[in-house]
Amino acid sequence: MNTEPEENGKRRGWFQRLRDGLSRTSSNLTRGIGDLFTKRKLDAEALDDLQDLLITADMGVETSAKLTQALGAERFDQEVSGDEVRSHLAKQIAAILEPVAVPLTPDPARKPHVILVCGVNGSGKTTTIGKLTRQFGDNGLKVMLAAGDTFRAAAVEQLKIWGERAGVPVIARATGADAAGLAYDAFEDARAAGSDVLMIDTAGRLQNRSELMDELKKIVRVLKKLDPEAPHSCLLVLDATVGQNAHSQVEVFKEMVDVTGLVVTKLDGSAKGGVIVALAERFGLPVHAVGVGEQAEDLRPFDATDFARSLMGLADD
Amino acid sequence: MFEGLSGRFGDIFDRLKRRGALSEGDVDAALREVRVALLEADVALPVVKEFIERVRTRSVGADVLKSVTPGQMVVKIVHDELVDMLGPEDATIDLSTSPPAAILMVGLQGSGKTTTSAKIANRLKTRERKKVLLAGLDVARPAAQEQLKLLGDQVGIPCLQPVIGEQPIGIARRAMETGRREGYDVVVLDTAGRLAIDETLMAEVAAVRDVVSPSETLLVADALSGQDAVNTAGTFNERVGITGIVLTRVDGDSRGGAALSMRSVTGCPIKLMGVGEKIDDLENFQATRVAGRILGMGDVVGLVERAQETVDQAEAEKVAKRALKGQFTLDDLGAQLAQVRKMGDLNGILGMLPGVGKMKKQMAAANVDDRMIAHQHAIIQSMTPAERRNPKLLNAKRRKRIAAGSGTTVQEVNRLLKQYQQMSGMMKKMGKLGKKGMAALGGLGGPGGPGGGLPPGMLPPTR
Ligand SMILES: Nc1nc2c(ncn2[C@@H]2O[C@H](COP(=O)(O)OP(=O)(O)OP(=O)(O)O)[C@@H](O)[C@H]2O)c(=O)[nH]1
Ligand SMILES: Nc1nc2c(ncn2[C@@H]2O[C@H](COP(=O)(O)OP(=O)(O)O)[C@@H](O)[C@H]2O)c(=O)[nH]1
Ligand SMILES: [Mg+2]
Ligand SMILES: [Mg+2]
Repeated sequence: MNTEPEENGKRRGWFQRLRDGLSRTSSNLTRGIGDLFTKRKLDAEALDDLQDLLITADMGVETSAKLTQALGAERFDQEVSGDEVRSHLAKQIAAILEPVAVPLTPDPARKPHVILVCGVNGSGKTTTIGKLTRQFGDNGLKVMLAAGDTFRAAAVEQLKIWGERAGVPVIARATGADAAGLAYDAFEDARAAGSDVLMIDTAGRLQNRSELMDELKKIVRVLKKLDPEAPHSCLLVLDATVGQNAHSQVEVFKEMVDVTGLVVTKLDGSAKGGVIVALAERFGLPVHAVGVGEQAEDLRPFDATDFARSLMGLADD
Repeated sequence: MFEGLSGRFGDIFDRLKRRGALSEGDVDAALREVRVALLEADVALPVVKEFIERVRTRSVGADVLKSVTPGQMVVKIVHDELVDMLGPEDATIDLSTSPPAAILMVGLQGSGKTTTSAKIANRLKTRERKKVLLAGLDVARPAAQEQLKLLGDQVGIPCLQPVIGEQPIGIARRAMETGRREGYDVVVLDTAGRLAIDETLMAEVAAVRDVVSPSETLLVADALSGQDAVNTAGTFNERVGITGIVLTRVDGDSRGGAALSMRSVTGCPIKLMGVGEKIDDLENFQATRVAGRILGMGDVVGLVERAQETVDQAEAEKVAKRALKGQFTLDDLGAQLAQVRKMGDLNGILGMLPGVGKMKKQMAAANVDDRMIAHQHAIIQSMTPAERRNPKLLNAKRRKRIAAGSGTTVQEVNRLLKQYQQMSGMMKKMGKLGKKGMAALGGLGGPGGPGGGLPPGMLPPTR
């Protein structure tokens, strides 16, 4: 049932994977909404239940309330089908997400376009770099990587393996070395090598550890010595299983290192990732891509309509 | 936008406290807030509902309605019920089998399995004098086995030598054979992260379980998780049969409601908590502490522990003594600011304290934030030692230099000096009052209430 991505050529299409993932994500939600509305009117109680269902998708109390209220205002006390409700909500969610569905396009004039990748522990930073390396390589860009996680055991080796897989150079030092110094050297190396993109991996850090956030700021400060505009992109990688703490993650990382965009990983799981909707409303940061698996090819553009429709368990058409 | 739970609860409780008695309507109103608060804390909806009903049954009763302080009664019921549901606290790692006992670590990708494997191995080795073998079954994530080996090396725990191409079930079998042959007490098996909905990989880990017959199968789960934690934990329990939960990243500032969800859906005890990335950062589960966080009543225990770790007690006492003699210098103030910074950012520190909602607003109104503390610290660092000892030296010219050196403004330098003056004046007075004044000064460890963690004088005098 599971795919063997490398061995057999019968890989599932990427859209299939995303859909499968997202429909698993939303199957509970769908069933719930269907049950709710085939049998009854869209009255206050039904709206409450609907709100509950959105909450179970991690959309948060406030966003869920807003969405259901909008629906109630329009359709109050009418008989509506589950499908109608779902389409309606999907449209509303898509409208919120549309402005943030922006791909990451490195500026070819930068040579290199420096991308700093940060986030809490285990969110998928290193893997996302591996995936982006593949994507940029496919687009003919020359990529270099910097193993800026000099803290976690075997983090350097992990990135090196991704580098080998893609055949791109990885600038690394021993575990325990100064990450900022490494980033600086890597920037110089990438310039000298004429790379189009330099991606800098960083150690996972919880946003409430200010000493670790200071270290991250130091990387940015040091990069700016070589180019005041660097890093040209700063990606925050969020795990789709995350709950409301994502708000605090985005808020603090944004304040500390001026995050320019998000990547959401592990959307192939059953986690709803609904907090993205609330984050889009609150911060308006671009969502550049979503991760839908552990392999290099498992990165997708973030498509507002697909995401919203899939979240509501609607087939794409 | 997201007012912490503390604020929300603070308001309800204020309201309840003001009333002489509680009506059913009051309880309902309070429980609606409790419900929202729990949801914002990432407790899964079905669990929230169950919880609310339990609290309602206990609240809308004669006890509460007739009690003298009904508000406090509800607070207590909510808190106790939560502690009940989260507990027990004393669940231990079960090794009661003929050795080697297998401990199987399972969970989602990136939840902290490998780190926790090494932490548990080290704990059993140092605390229970067990001979422990680590075995890495993660052949999916690049350098996963290397990671486990390096962690083992750090604490002198051997790791089963990987064989290229060997699959998880084979590794598990070899690990148990090695364990038996070489007289190990415990084999800790670290597995690859997997999604609960990945049928193939769930079947694989079930097969591993059958091979090793673990005495413990621990689900390693992230305290930052949202609503899906309930599905993940439920599925892992159904498919693999877990015996306990390890909650990781409790050092974060999440409310950690996932703990309640997972505890409730699996019925398995939470055995341990990960509180950092280092091997020692593993603690016994403390239901009261986690309940406090979920309720936004603050993680006072955690704060005190963090303070004990970071605050140099001897230094703090020296400062206190000098201060009481009226010798509190700018050096001392600088040291205090540095300690506050070392403890984490203000939001993090405040998040651990009870009743913080209001204080946060006060602090914001007084412009007390991390940047200000960082600035003040920088200002003091930009002074010469002579200036720090004798602030009278600080004429306009020197102040200008200090402002430039610290990347701040002369106004900020002036403000700091004024604050310092007020503080040292206050301390002299306290010195005269005697030892009782020490509480505020000892600062971080002192029982000074919510403000106790901050250098005195940093809050507006209205407090
Ligand atoms: N299923 C799934 N797994 C993912 C995805 N992205 C990353 N992972 C897995 O999540 C785990 C953690 O990923 P890493 O890339 O090492 O995460 P990180 O943020 O670099 O972690 P640290 O450096 O340890 O903080 C690995 O097992 C990855 O294979 C995804 O989109 N889907
Ligand atoms: N802050 C913090 N980080 C942790 C904790 N436990 C694990 N980590 C980090 O989380 C990341 C993923 O951990 P790892 O053990 O590799 O997870 P695995 O993929 O489940 O094996 C690493 O960066 C760890 O250092 C914890 O309790 N607190
Ligand atoms: Mg990494
Ligand atoms: Mg691992």
